[in-house]
Amino acid sequence: MSPSSPFRDQFYAGARACVPVCISVAAYGVVWGVLARGTGLSLLEVIMMSGLVFAGSAQFVALDLWTATPTTLPIGPLILAALIVNLRYLLLTATLRPLFRPDQQAKGALLMAIVSDETWAMTVGEMSKGRGSIAFLIGGGVLAYVCWMGTNVIGFQLGSAIDDPSRYGLDFAFTATFLALLLGMWKGRGDLVPWLVAAVTAILSARLIEGSWYILIGGLAGSLAGAWAERLRHVD
Amino acid sequence: MWTSPEALVAILGMALVTFAVKAGGLLLANRLPREGFAAAWLRHMPGAVLASLVAPAIVTGSAAEAIAAAATALLYVATRSLLAAMAGGVLAVYLVRLSLAA
Repeated sequence: MSPSSPFRDQFYAGARACVPVCISVAAYGVVWGVLARGTGLSLLEVIMMSGLVFAGSAQFVALDLWTATPTTLPIGPLILAALIVNLRYLLLTATLRPLFRPDQQAKGALLMAIVSDETWAMTVGEMSKGRGSIAFLIGGGVLAYVCWMGTNVIGFQLGSAIDDPSRYGLDFAFTATFLALLLGMWKGRGDLVPWLVAAVTAILSARLIEGSWYILIGGLAGSLAGAWAERLRHVD
Repeated sequence: MWTSPEALVAILGMALVTFAVKAGGLLLANRLPREGFAAAWLRHMPGAVLASLVAPAIVTGSAAEAIAAAATALLYVATRSLLAAMAGGVLAVYLVRLSLAA
């Protein structure tokens, strides 16, 4: 491989872009590991769940349902909860379509396993600037994966109660980064309708419906509103 | 204790549905037309999803998140740096929460 292949450059660019969010991924990773130990998961189960499921919010929900004795483990509810909490990924990975040529569908589908909220956000931010690539997505994904898995294991081994990340404002790291990414994606007044509709719908559904449905509902409402507004403008 | 068959089935099941949803979004999008309404819909999706992720975390009923969001936005517009915006937002929410708790 040449010293600066396009793949390698993009891989590192993606990893670098994800460093800020990985700080809070790490903080929550340690918390999850600590809680997982308290819930009665073994080290092997922690590694398997982080490595195979790799979805933070679903893993936190799973700890609420998990039981230390295998015979009482609610297998069906655990799988159903993971499905419901992760349904929002339908919208997230759909937006990554422009990264793949029509003949790269199978490769693309397999790669989706390493997509997380953070890596997705960084990649669409890059794509909105006319950049972004498969290698960028992989670079961010690998960093987030290693970071999540590593801190889960560290938290499990520490086992002691760690402070709540929100005490240091670290819960806001996701929000601040995603807000800045959103502002960077502003292209003009055509974005106003979808963003406002999404924000208002998400706020209302977050208050009315428990769980992560608000992301799916707000995302659908906002993007449909944006497409309709565009069609109305073209009719005029 | 390493693991149990029950735990193994639960974890593999969780992994399978998670992967199915993640891969399903991309595969379904590939079936959508590449122009017209469906294309516009997909084009507006990233902004709408980000707005949906962010808005409820800002409008919490507490002033801390709202003030920190304003600080984040100002810093980002001024510096165009994600890292600066994130660090400023975290610091702002930390300080305002401290002062509100005092």
